[in-house]
Amino acid sequence: MILDLSATNISKGYNGNQVLKGCDFLFDNIGIYVLTGANGCGKSTFLRLCALIESPDSGEINYRAEGTVLPKDLALKRRITLVLPKVGVFNTTVFRNVSYGLGIRGIKGRKAAVKVNDALEFVGLADKKDQNGLTLSSGETQRLGIARALVIEPDMLFLDEPTASVDQKNTAIIEDIILRMKREGRATVIITTHDKEQAARLADSLLLMHDGKISRG
Amino acid sequence: MFLIESFKTASSLIVHLDAELMGIILLSLKVSGSALIIATLLGLPLAAFLGFKRFPLKGICITALHTFMGLPPVVVGLFVYLLLSRSGPLGFLALLYTPSAMIIAQSILALPIVASLSYSAIVGIDPIITQASKTLGATPYQVSVTIIREARFGIMSGVIAAFGRVMAEVGAILIVGGNIAGFTRVMTTTIALETDKGNFDLALALGIILLTISMVINTFLHVVQKKGVTGTNR
Repeated sequence: MILDLSATNISKGYNGNQVLKGCDFLFDNIGIYVLTGANGCGKSTFLRLCALIESPDSGEINYRAEGTVLPKDLALKRRITLVLPKVGVFNTTVFRNVSYGLGIRGIKGRKAAVKVNDALEFVGLADKKDQNGLTLSSGETQRLGIARALVIEPDMLFLDEPTASVDQKNTAIIEDIILRMKREGRATVIITTHDKEQAARLADSLLLMHDGKISRG
Repeated sequence: MFLIESFKTASSLIVHLDAELMGIILLSLKVSGSALIIATLLGLPLAAFLGFKRFPLKGICITALHTFMGLPPVVVGLFVYLLLSRSGPLGFLALLYTPSAMIIAQSILALPIVASLSYSAIVGIDPIITQASKTLGATPYQVSVTIIREARFGIMSGVIAAFGRVMAEVGAILIVGGNIAGFTRVMTTTIALETDKGNFDLALALGIILLTISMVINTFLHVVQKKGVTGTNR
């Protein structure tokens, strides 16, 4: 079932500093949305609000399926996921890192192993599955974050600056992963980046955040 | 010269697995092991509560917990003695001068160490782990379990440190156990007694074993701490 996400008049501030000032947008297609804008303009804040990790000061974030607004409960939260710029690797093997999302959903054993191996294969980390996740390079860590998100088969995937701290080679690998996700129709992907060239390479819909508001780029 | 002779006799006691010596060692391990299990069962939930919950006077509770890490064993012994003595509030249990009393005293000594070091390990986990768990769909309970699992090496360090403390402790168990031969006599109290009597063979043998146990514990602690530091979070 396809999820639509609507952000209506979203405002958010921290310590008196207003970051978002009445953002409106509707994400209603499977494809890649890329949100660009200067550093500190509120892209990450917007993503955290959309991923239901934080709540807006005012305005509404609503998810709809077949026109019906879904309650913001655990079931909905488990259909969306956000990969943070700092991934947050668990101190265990790559395999167990990726299987985490399945484990908390009660999916274990052989069924989980198949999904985890598939996700690791997809991001090119199959040969590192027994390695501790904390020993991976920056680029591999981002790919681990993506595998960890992909394995739970989200309807909506948010990637916050997925290539901000990785080298060119890993940037190319991550972009390829994102484009393959699109080709396979795995999820609606919403990415933030400050790299305009990358935005142009990836985007089906290019969005610009400026002065706390979103407009089409 | 007598030191060499004592050392020889001590070695012989160890090599020949002297029955009295073995009994003392086993009781020591039983008392300290039981105390450690009780302290861990109580200390870990306490650490989790302090780590995850917000409540008034939390700072004072944490300061008190850290302070209790340095509880003088003789004071704990006195406190437990007063509790368990015939005229005390728990006198009806008739536990004074039994291994149970010794376990209670050592549990009190170990609890703040387990709880305090586990608390530090839990709050020391990078907040990004909490965020990552939430983004993957974890419930608040599952987030807590994840953080405790991430803190496992620090928690194990706390448990091992507490074991080291209670194994080496003499003041509290001497007061509440009474050092009764074959019943409440453990390694440290035997060393104290035999040294007083000028009988250094058994005291030295137990000293060597105590040092060996301490060395094993510290080696294990070092390995655990080394294993916990595998890399940095990105």
